[in-house]
Amino acid sequence: MIKDLLNETIWSLAGNKVRSGLTILGIVIGIASVITMVAIGQGSQASIQARIQSIGSNLIIVSPGAQRTAGVSAGQGSAQSLKLEDANAIMSEVQNVAGVAPEDTHRYQVTAKGNNTNTQITGTVPDYTIVRNVAIDSGTFITAYQNQTSAKVAVIGPGVRDDLFGAGVDPTGQTIRIKNIDFQVIGLTVSKGGTGFNNADDAIYIPLSTEQHYLSGDTYITTISVSAQDSTILPTVQNDLTDLLLQRHGISDSTQADFSTINQADIIATASSITGTFTMLLASIAGISLLVGGIGIMNMMLTTVTERTREIGLRKAVGIRKIYINLQFLSEAVVLTFLGGAVGVLLGWLAALAVTKFAGITTQVSLSTVVLAFGVSAGVGIIFGFYPARRAASLSPIEALRYE
Amino acid sequence: MIECKNISKTYVNGDVETQAVRGLNFKIEKGEFVAIIGPSGSGKSSLMHILGALDTPTSGEYFLDGKEVSKLNDDDLSDLRREKIGFVFQSFNLLPRTTVLRNVTLPLLFSDATQKEREQRAREALKYAGMEESKFNNLSNQLSGGQMQRVAIARSLINNPAIILADEPTGNLDTKTSHVVMQTFLELNSRGHTIVLITHEPEIAEFAQRVITIRDGLIESDIKKK
Repeated sequence: MIKDLLNETIWSLAGNKVRSGLTILGIVIGIASVITMVAIGQGSQASIQARIQSIGSNLIIVSPGAQRTAGVSAGQGSAQSLKLEDANAIMSEVQNVAGVAPEDTHRYQVTAKGNNTNTQITGTVPDYTIVRNVAIDSGTFITAYQNQTSAKVAVIGPGVRDDLFGAGVDPTGQTIRIKNIDFQVIGLTVSKGGTGFNNADDAIYIPLSTEQHYLSGDTYITTISVSAQDSTILPTVQNDLTDLLLQRHGISDSTQADFSTINQADIIATASSITGTFTMLLASIAGISLLVGGIGIMNMMLTTVTERTREIGLRKAVGIRKIYINLQFLSEAVVLTFLGGAVGVLLGWLAALAVTKFAGITTQVSLSTVVLAFGVSAGVGIIFGFYPARRAASLSPIEALRYE
Repeated sequence: MIECKNISKTYVNGDVETQAVRGLNFKIEKGEFVAIIGPSGSGKSSLMHILGALDTPTSGEYFLDGKEVSKLNDDDLSDLRREKIGFVFQSFNLLPRTTVLRNVTLPLLFSDATQKEREQRAREALKYAGMEESKFNNLSNQLSGGQMQRVAIARSLINNPAIILADEPTGNLDTKTSHVVMQTFLELNSRGHTIVLITHEPEIAEFAQRVITIRDGLIESDIKKK
């Protein structure tokens, strides 16, 4: 009996290759598009979050406030209100701080071996590697001794290395010129990825004291990065250091503060809400594809069954019981949707891989999406393949045979 | 074999009621070859569908082999059609794009018979219906009208039914082929099959031993040839 059922199902599907093919195609496209779109959305979200994590762990960034000249603001960070002493005070006086890295960052022209580039030069301290999650590829980072002695040494990012020495070259031991002063390259950082203005790979790190003595010529710093010991106490640490800095700068009204602080949780929350919207957008597109795919499957199934009502009538007329007719159509619908579903999942997954490979966008295929896409298509396929057939099998054979 | 007691069939289409069969009474004995003749709209097709257990009468009783058919449920009707009745349609009703053998074994689907037995029986039935053996594996849509009707007849024979019902079996065939097909029915009858066929052509009805004429859902005449 089961042999007959399988035999009939295969024969019926194989005997109508175009019809079966089109139905499967509808299912494949529906499922594959949903899987790919959601994979792109979730992958982007994950990669953005990973990038934010890579700038440091449990980070609070303190920047100078806006400089006001006769009521005209020059923008956040333009004021010179932070000094190295502020950073040292945070380290020694605020509880639960894992590390503090003062930085003074400016852009300068850099030359080496006839090549030149314009990049950001960050004067900082050894703790910078802990606070900002910087890893060293070759050589070493700045040491405390080099900072004390204002040594003319530099650690460069892979972007700068590519510009000055070419990709793949180990730059340690080479000499670069910043503002006509020679610096010896002592290390190369590991690439963090990222593009645009805040590209961590396109940067040169030198000791803070060296930067202040030879390049900027003043004692102000542009940023203090503070790493808290735990993500849960991030707001407490932020409040404590704000109070400390207000006190140190002699400001009683916190709205008049000459600096601003932002913590990493806020950045992640903002980014998450953006990527969440993006994922929602892709998911809606995918949802529409699923709906359209579903309607396609439904159409195909309904047309097929209408076409085959006469066949159902004939089967009944020659004495095949209703249950066997129902079973056959159910089995056809199941086989079609599962074939289409399997191909669709595979194709969606391959498409996601292709997007990662050729467009460089991180993708993440999630089980819940696969289950949802598969479930909806299979549900639609089986309901609309089986239900009309069941109705036709309940007609008297004559009614079914006469069906137009 | 067949006994109809006051059977009638009424179709309801919206508010309009059409009475196709109006209280027919007749008996058909085993081994008879009966032609039911009448103009289109006379109710002969409706009667045929009731006799073939494809449809149930609105009122009245229909006994086949002493069994009251109008009281059976859907599955029992299917079993009855499969085991006792062979039905030949005017439009052949073969499965498209399907081999001759597969068409003929269709009523054996989901039965206990093995694939080998099924094919064996199909070959016998096809030979019985006068089909050339070289065409057994041809697809149904590659056959001529006469050949298709032979396949349909073979299909009706596969379960060795007590009665063969043919609804205008020559309606889609030319005169020459019609006569060949009718010869096949005569031969089946001579081998003991009870045959009831409906037609509107008196020439075809001539082949039968008994002619029942129907007009407006009532029997007009019932003539047995000597």
